[in-house]
Amino acid sequence: MTIATIDRAATAVPTELARGRGGGGPAPKRVVVAYGFWIFILSDMVMFSALFAAYAVLRGNTAGGPTGAELFNLRNVFIETMCLLLSSYTCGLAVLSAERRHPTRFLIFAAFTFVLGAAFLFIEVSEFANMVAKGAGPSRSGFLSAFFTLVGTHGIHVASGLIALIYLVAQVIAKGLPAAVLRRLLCWSLFWHALDIVWVGVFTLVYLMGDYH
Amino acid sequence: MTDAHEHVFDDRTPGVEEHEPSASYLSYTVGLGLAILATIASFVVSQTNLLWPPGIPVGLIVLAFAQIGVHLVFFLQLGSGPDSTNNILALAFGMLIVFLVITGSIWIIANLNSNMTSMSMQ
Amino acid sequence: MLGRLSWDVIPFNEPLPLLSGAVVGIVILAVLVTVTVKGWWPYLWREWMTSVDHKRIGVMYVVLGLIMLLRGFSDAIMMRTQQAIAVGSAQGYLPPQHYDQVFSAHGTIMIFFVAMPLVIGLMNFAVPLQLGVRDVAFPTLNSVSFWLTATGALLINLSLVIGNFSRASWWGYPPLSELAYSPDVGVDYYLWSLQISGIGTLLTGINFVTTILKLRAPGMIYFRMPVFCWTALCANLLIVAAFPVLTATFVMLLLDRYLGMHFFTNDLGGNQMMYANLFWAWGHPEVYILVLPAFGVFSEVAATFSGKGLFSYRSMVWATLGICVLSFMVWLHHFFTMGAGADVNAFFGIMSSIIAVPTGVKVFNWLFTMFRGRIVFKTPALWLVGFMVTFVIGGLTGVLLAVPPVDFVLHNSAFLVAHFHNVIIGGVVFAVLAGITYWFPKAFGFTLDERLGQASFWCWLIGFWLAFTPLYALGLMGMTRRLQHIAEPSWQPLLLVAEVGAVVILAGILCQIAQLYVSIRTRERRLDLTGDPWNGRTLEWSTSSPPPAYNFAELPKVETIDAFWHMKRAGRAPVKPTYEAIEMPRNSPAGFITAFFATIMGFSLIWQIWWLAILGLLAAAIVVLIAGWSIEREHEISAAEVAQMERAR
Repeated sequence: MTIATIDRAATAVPTELARGRGGGGPAPKRVVVAYGFWIFILSDMVMFSALFAAYAVLRGNTAGGPTGAELFNLRNVFIETMCLLLSSYTCGLAVLSAERRHPTRFLIFAAFTFVLGAAFLFIEVSEFANMVAKGAGPSRSGFLSAFFTLVGTHGIHVASGLIALIYLVAQVIAKGLPAAVLRRLLCWSLFWHALDIVWVGVFTLVYLMGDYH
Repeated sequence: MTDAHEHVFDDRTPGVEEHEPSASYLSYTVGLGLAILATIASFVVSQTNLLWPPGIPVGLIVLAFAQIGVHLVFFLQLGSGPDSTNNILALAFGMLIVFLVITGSIWIIANLNSNMTSMSMQ
Repeated sequence: MLGRLSWDVIPFNEPLPLLSGAVVGIVILAVLVTVTVKGWWPYLWREWMTSVDHKRIGVMYVVLGLIMLLRGFSDAIMMRTQQAIAVGSAQGYLPPQHYDQVFSAHGTIMIFFVAMPLVIGLMNFAVPLQLGVRDVAFPTLNSVSFWLTATGALLINLSLVIGNFSRASWWGYPPLSELAYSPDVGVDYYLWSLQISGIGTLLTGINFVTTILKLRAPGMIYFRMPVFCWTALCANLLIVAAFPVLTATFVMLLLDRYLGMHFFTNDLGGNQMMYANLFWAWGHPEVYILVLPAFGVFSEVAATFSGKGLFSYRSMVWATLGICVLSFMVWLHHFFTMGAGADVNAFFGIMSSIIAVPTGVKVFNWLFTMFRGRIVFKTPALWLVGFMVTFVIGGLTGVLLAVPPVDFVLHNSAFLVAHFHNVIIGGVVFAVLAGITYWFPKAFGFTLDERLGQASFWCWLIGFWLAFTPLYALGLMGMTRRLQHIAEPSWQPLLLVAEVGAVVILAGILCQIAQLYVSIRTRERRLDLTGDPWNGRTLEWSTSSPPPAYNFAELPKVETIDAFWHMKRAGRAPVKPTYEAIEMPRNSPAGFITAFFATIMGFSLIWQIWWLAILGLLAAAIVVLIAGWSIEREHEISAAEVAQMERAR
């Protein structure tokens, strides 16, 4: 029958040629770990998308309270954005140094990444504290609940990333740069870059769209 | 049977640069430059009248996509070669879901909201 | 100090939960005492609780699912009984506040702690074996996933005796699930139990997507994978895509309840409809997460028990991928009546009808596989035929409901209840029971008793139809779901028939318990010595029963679909293979210990014992950090040991 012949033809390909179509056997650990982490990051993006969707739907529900335009300080947002972007850059340089087995250079770039990330968090926490002090906390309205949750969840991710960075720096100091540690650094850098991508979405859709002329 | 130098495994890992060192540092630096430009452009577009005002939201979204693209290519090393297929497919799937969740929710809720009796819509 | 916890929360004045809780407590105590007295703890700890072997984890998932089936089914028979007797002036035995908890617990347990664990358990056991590899991509994470799921199950069961469960149904719609209308711990039990097990499920999704895409035997290109692996891939892609939405939604409801936010509240700018929207954006892919592996099991069973390759492998794969993508475009059909306009309803109605098409393709493929095959009517084949009849009818009622004007009449009626039980029982449950029968000999080295298997099948089939056909009729007659009291006396005969059906299903379950007992007692008569009891087609049947920890001494070289079938036809290689040392991952207590602290954290959050919650979270985090510190995670099985184990086959 026709369908059986088609199927038989598909199976008659010799193993060597099958390599281009995923027939090369189990992939090496580096590839497997990085891919798994990539899938995790994509799942995290989906979670953020639900929070973005909630924000999009609730952003007009100010319940007679303050709006975004009244609350946002775009100068601080710009500084935050630059801090996070630069930290993504130094993160990339740190990973390059690690891959080329230069632990000292890695530690320097890692330190810069940490400081820039911490600066981002400091500005963000101050912004939140400011808003709460003005009575514009997350329980004031649906809009503010969505704002604090979306931006706050991103901030919690950044904080977790910083804690993880300290943990991994400790591993590098204790064990050097064997393959396993390198894999973990690679995953960490994927996470850090992904957070900057989410932030592009946040500063565009929340801050700039919420307050344009 | 297997040539010792033969590249048996097809897949590249996202985030790992396979070229020579100088090219990689260059890649990150170019990416940073482009991203800074896109960021500044976004703020300028949003805060001035450089762009025709009703077009500002579209302009911001375009710039955001451009900057995300820069991040993916220059920081996450997501190339277009055959080795990156799995990574790109995964990304495409993720983007599809993100798009469906966000636009689907906005469409549905806007539709539902518009059919609500007009109480004080907060 | 102890938050809202006090002696009052134990239901001393409510006989039903008290009695059932006492019975469960005594059974658990009996099990623990037996294990201690017989000195089985070291064995259990070493071989099961700290195991990172996908085969062991798969078995534990299935055991968890089957145990929770008993709890979920008890809820079901309680509801059936209440509806059968509480007609007209009779009040029944279950007061409304309890009835609401029972139907909420029934749905939550059946979906999250029966169906999901059973399906994930089968995937865990079979997928690496079918792919011709030694384990999943992240074995330790696999163990974490299982134990976090067990944590969720434990928390839900605690709600029986410590406090109460949610009364807001298995969806937890606001505003009912908000603090204003559910101030007690019920909804908190629901949310935390599902959040914690949800993390486990998400990790499983990541694990299996990576395994199937990056870890396959040499030569196994995508279009040579068994169909069960394709369906597993698509189901896990859906897990990765959908569960984060549920996580975010529950986070928002938790923030409303714990921190006074206004995502879904009635006041200050909440939007309740957004909850329903996001919940079902997860909820529809969820049912496909359950049903796709079910389809995969039946693809394997159809081919094996017809002695023929699966008809049109390619269209089966494309249909599966099509269902995977389409399942994310239909979710509004769960709330057609919520006030969307005709354009939105029409779009989602049409998409819901379209998604029936690839499923239809699959049904035809199974039929054509059986056509002119040499069918062996063992228990799995019976489940297959039962599934094809039952599931197709259930699917047809689904297509009926996909038409918005029809749904306006039938939404949330007994008709809907009959529809989804039709597809879930006829689809998922039948498939899992078939899959358990099919892979049992591989896992344990002997087949299950055939006669009791057939008896349980007939009880389930007849019982299902007796229990749910009346509900179709009642739905058309106007009966809504979740009724604690029936005002219309003419409905009672049908409800009595439904009750009989539930009792017949109970007989089926008892047959299965008997089957397990008898099979173990008489296992010497049905030993699987060849590793291939069904004349199978895929690679798992090339291993011994049970397989060694490393599955394959040498990874098979795959050149065709149905690799093992062709290996059998080509004959075994006469050359004695040279064995190499194999690296396998070490056991790890990380999963169990993390879950232990997660349980403490969850319980403390529910009862608002803040200091204990923080301690639990910190402890869990520390366990993760400690487990993540080590580099030497593997141990080596020397070539000599491998040779010895292979010779003993």
